[in-house]
Amino acid sequence: MRRFHRARKWQSFRRSPGAEMQAVIRVQQRDFSLAEEYDCLAGRTDIGAIVAFVGRVRDLAPGEALELEHYPGMTEKALAGIAEAAQQRWPLQAVTVIHRVGKLGPAEQIVLVLTASTHRAAAYEANAFIMDYLKTEAPFWKREHTAQGAQWVDARESDETAKLRWEKQ
Amino acid sequence: MNTIKILYFARLREAFACAEENVTLPAEVHNVAALIGWLAARGGVWTDELGGKRVFRVAINQDMARFDAPIPPGAEVAIFPPVTGG
Repeated sequence: MRRFHRARKWQSFRRSPGAEMQAVIRVQQRDFSLAEEYDCLAGRTDIGAIVAFVGRVRDLAPGEALELEHYPGMTEKALAGIAEAAQQRWPLQAVTVIHRVGKLGPAEQIVLVLTASTHRAAAYEANAFIMDYLKTEAPFWKREHTAQGAQWVDARESDETAKLRWEKQ
Repeated sequence: MNTIKILYFARLREAFACAEENVTLPAEVHNVAALIGWLAARGGVWTDELGGKRVFRVAINQDMARFDAPIPPGAEVAIFPPVTGG
């Protein structure tokens, strides 16, 4: 079984001499700003492509909420491990993963993944890879609060299938 | 004697009305499968959730673990439903 470094807010992995990947991993209650996180990477002259994914709360009526629980410690470790696995597979200069926890209302942001590389193919693919693994391996659980009461969201088979496509290659 | 900490999350935490507990394992409970069998033998909701009808995952020291994984001394074991983040 692979072992990964313990998560820290800023973590650097040395890939090869002179090539260092920047990884930002954060689990937080407060909202995040795509623009601010993008700006953190935009000053670098070696990055030619940045792909951004934002996951949002959908299909909730006003007054309803989505609550996210997680496993503090393991969550950060799992996300850092996924970012490192992506970095071993594609030439990435930077990865940012921010996931919110707590109660979120309709249309609120849940998760941000930024992947930065020299060219777009690596940035696109690594971004999808990170989300596919995040959805099936990072210890978060969703619960919906609606007029009918609170209900845990079931895991979806399609998420597991999406992850498996990376293991076949 | 191996005393471990077990954490429960989400649906399991609510079903068991327990977020964490410290337990001393009998000598024969040396891996994940044996631990699950031992907990399921408590009966009631423990059997309902861990007895084979429902799906769950196990982590040891904050890494996902398979059912044949050994339980190290003083381990932090977590049992939880399949994850649903993102």
